[in-house]
Amino acid sequence: MDVTVTINGQEHTYDVEPRTLLVHYIREHAGLTGTNIGCDTSSCGACSIHLEGEAVKSCTLLAAQADGLEVRTIEGMAAEDGTLHPMQQAFMENHGLQCGYCTPGMVMAATSLLDENANPTEEEVRIGLEGNLCRCTGYHNIVKSVLAAANA
Amino acid sequence: MIPAAFDYVRAESAEEAISLIGQHGDESKFLAGGHSLLPLMKLRLAQPTVLIDIGRLTDLSYIREDGDVIAIGAMTRHMDVENSPVLAEHAPLLAHAASHVGDPQVRHRGTIGGSIAHSDSASDLPATTLALGATYVAQGPNGTREIAAGDFYKGFLTTDLAADEMLTEIRVPKMQGAGWSFQKFNRRAQDWAIVGVAAWRRNGDSGIGLVNMSSVPVLASGVSSALSGGASIEDAAALATEGCDPTADLNASIEYREHLARILTKRALEASSS
Repeated sequence: MDVTVTINGQEHTYDVEPRTLLVHYIREHAGLTGTNIGCDTSSCGACSIHLEGEAVKSCTLLAAQADGLEVRTIEGMAAEDGTLHPMQQAFMENHGLQCGYCTPGMVMAATSLLDENANPTEEEVRIGLEGNLCRCTGYHNIVKSVLAAANA
Repeated sequence: MIPAAFDYVRAESAEEAISLIGQHGDESKFLAGGHSLLPLMKLRLAQPTVLIDIGRLTDLSYIREDGDVIAIGAMTRHMDVENSPVLAEHAPLLAHAASHVGDPQVRHRGTIGGSIAHSDSASDLPATTLALGATYVAQGPNGTREIAAGDFYKGFLTTDLAADEMLTEIRVPKMQGAGWSFQKFNRRAQDWAIVGVAAWRRNGDSGIGLVNMSSVPVLASGVSSALSGGASIEDAAALATEGCDPTADLNASIEYREHLARILTKRALEASSS
């Protein structure tokens, strides 16, 4: 079936099987490999992207469910001239990443969180990121980064 | 992990969805938010041959007052249940329980109707709506019918819905200022409850729903009877495991689940009474 998804402002159409997961559509068909696959069971959040502006786990969506909709991935966060998104900048300045595997998902979840709650408390950030795991356990600096981005 | 192959059809209306599932029969499934079904399909524990996507039926996404009841469309997402001002006023227990489902990403996609129709007894909303005395509306080829939550859950992942019926609305009586509490015990924030308790109290009445204490969500009616008969919270909560048939798993033995059910019921009743 033909599935058309607008990813980071650019329209993509591919002929895929109905069982194609959105994360595979993004990585393997559109070639955008910034979105990682971690647990593949909707627990870890590494595959988080924005669908119609909200963070979702792209391993637990069919590409067909996103047909005709807007997706944003980590590749679509920085400006065209390379200026980092304030959340990316905050992660860099606050050492919010160690190995970096969870980072794209963390950034997507955190920006969605701030869209819904522009000035969260530390506790609200921790609860708001409950769907994202960091295997380096670098949570303190991730939370610090999100709070810094909220104040940026 | 990739699901087994299937055909995909997107329904444009509830009527079309019901007609499609009638055509395709037992091997087809409705796909709402997909956050219960797709994980099962990826593990190949479910292998429907046709998926009928009802996720775009936005006319089934609403929360509105209807006399003494709040009517919630089946396609209303958990995040919208959690943040609803109408529910905050009239059914805060349900809004709060919805905020404990999965994590924000899951709550952006998962729907209340999907969760109830899937009827996993470890899920938060079946037991919570059961405790609140909800009624579910099912639409089939011959019209709609209402099913009391107490008559809906038939067994493990099995409901009273016929193969060609779709859950379209959840009707929750207004709580009328009742005290309430939702107690969820789990290992990680986003997990299913090892045991959960949804409870409300108002004057002599109460409702207590137990999560993950049997193959179906359990209404702890013995606890409510004891309370209305004047029993103390402690004595009433000791009856929480009546009629339960919990299983043991990696997280908890049967005895531990029973212990949790009594303790969490006691805590929920204390919080509902203050």
